[in-house]
Amino acid sequence: MTGGPVTGGGALLEVRDLTVHHGQLRALHQVSLAVAPGEVYAMIGANGAGKSTLLRSIAGLHMPTSGSILLEGQDLVRLRPEKRVAAGIVMVPEGRRLFPSLTVEENLQVGASYARPGPWRIEGVYDLFPWMRDRRGQLAGQLSGGEQQSVAIGRALVANPRVLLLDELSLGLAPAVVRRIYQTLPELLASGLTVLLVEQDVSQALRIASHIHCLLEGQTTLQGPPGDLTAEEIEGAYFGLAGVNGPGGGREAPA
Amino acid sequence: MSWVNAIIQGILIGGLYALFACGLSLMFGVMKVINLAHGDLAVVAAYTALGVITITHVPAVWSFILVVPIFAVLGYVVQRTLIQAALDRSVLTTLLVTFGLSVVIENALLQFASADSHSLDIGPLVSDSIQIGSQISIAWLLLVIFVVAVVVLLGLQYFLSSSRQGRLIRAVADDQEAAQLSGADYRHVFGIAGAIAFGTVALAGLAFGMYSSFDPTIGTDQLLLFAFEAVVIGGLGSLWGTLVGGILLGVVQQIGAQIGPSNQILAGQLVFLLILVIRPQGLTARRSTA
Repeated sequence: MTGGPVTGGGALLEVRDLTVHHGQLRALHQVSLAVAPGEVYAMIGANGAGKSTLLRSIAGLHMPTSGSILLEGQDLVRLRPEKRVAAGIVMVPEGRRLFPSLTVEENLQVGASYARPGPWRIEGVYDLFPWMRDRRGQLAGQLSGGEQQSVAIGRALVANPRVLLLDELSLGLAPAVVRRIYQTLPELLASGLTVLLVEQDVSQALRIASHIHCLLEGQTTLQGPPGDLTAEEIEGAYFGLAGVNGPGGGREAPA
Repeated sequence: MSWVNAIIQGILIGGLYALFACGLSLMFGVMKVINLAHGDLAVVAAYTALGVITITHVPAVWSFILVVPIFAVLGYVVQRTLIQAALDRSVLTTLLVTFGLSVVIENALLQFASADSHSLDIGPLVSDSIQIGSQISIAWLLLVIFVVAVVVLLGLQYFLSSSRQGRLIRAVADDQEAAQLSGADYRHVFGIAGAIAFGTVALAGLAFGMYSSFDPTIGTDQLLLFAFEAVVIGGLGSLWGTLVGGILLGVVQQIGAQIGPSNQILAGQLVFLLILVIRPQGLTARRSTA
């Protein structure tokens, strides 16, 4: 399964036949995906479908049972999480996970500690989220959820990733706050980033993504550009309604 | 006036207690490791100094130049190997492993260095003092130790709050996984914290060896206990708290001794218990949810 020639037509990030277990439980089964440069690739699916497991495996926090994770054809599976940051994969984890006893600025400085060369600096993050500049001395633990999410994105940006992984950005945030955070997405893409995100809110995912990938119980049920997918197809793939797709039978939408 | 003297002596010895305690506090704060061999390490440092002095003939006062770096390296290595291996299993395992380490150290010292007590001979320096009035006498040695302790704690505080590496240590202490996602190898950061802890406890061990006599078992019998008491009284996670805790412990012990020589350690323990009951988070720490 590993070590074959690069397929997927110039994909920046490619996952091949990834299977991940949590103890006895199989969280992901033979999931494959290819993210093209500059794309916004959205994973959707119900709770427990394996979306977060997929992102955490790409970031290196879960060791897969089998399969490979390739960045420009280079297999990352054996790299520790911190080495993947150096390779250009940076994740904004679910629940923000800021360093609560550090200030906003210190959180960003930690993010920049092992930065790759690239366009993002702490000043650039302050330009993206102007409120942050005035409150950079505040402890991150005292910020609101939406503010923390912005700092978490900033902390990932200053590492200058090639692929930014966003795990459940909208979790616990008011819809207006989520919309405001997603409004920064075009600016991130303009800086040359590629985004792979997990989003529970399907309509939100359809609005922002160039490619949708639906998981159900750890398996791919549907994928393709949002324009090629009908609401019925998505609903069926999301909830696993009979007759739409059997387990493992991913439907490739025409490119 | 003898009371004033007791308080002054208590403050000075409290600096030494704080120096003992800061490594213990750091290892708990960053790795969540309670190092039960902490006191024994101080004793090993004192014995190491004896060896270094015998071999190199450096004056005892300067033995720290060699011993502290040796212990810093040792701290990094022990953290990256033994303690990390224990951490990879569970936090409770670290308690067993450091307890085992403590037993091994004490018995090895008994085996190779006998149960006799020793001290680091610094010559006449040990009895030089400043006389203030007829009642108060401040030993130079104790004053120097106090100043060194305060400088080390201040330096450590500055390092943690202002340097890149210090920031990473605090980040890892907050959230190991998030630090990994920012590219930090937390095991290396743990190693650095271990190096600091071992280095400071070695320095404290040398200071103690010059000030008093030591034997293989004093590490757990007294030093570890005092370090724990200083940390708990002051409050975890703050170096200022550790200094305050150390000084308060020192003062209370000296006052206890003033009342009756056998009350010295008892007085310290009573205050320690009192703090645990009325202010379990310690004097300086904010109440945390953890």
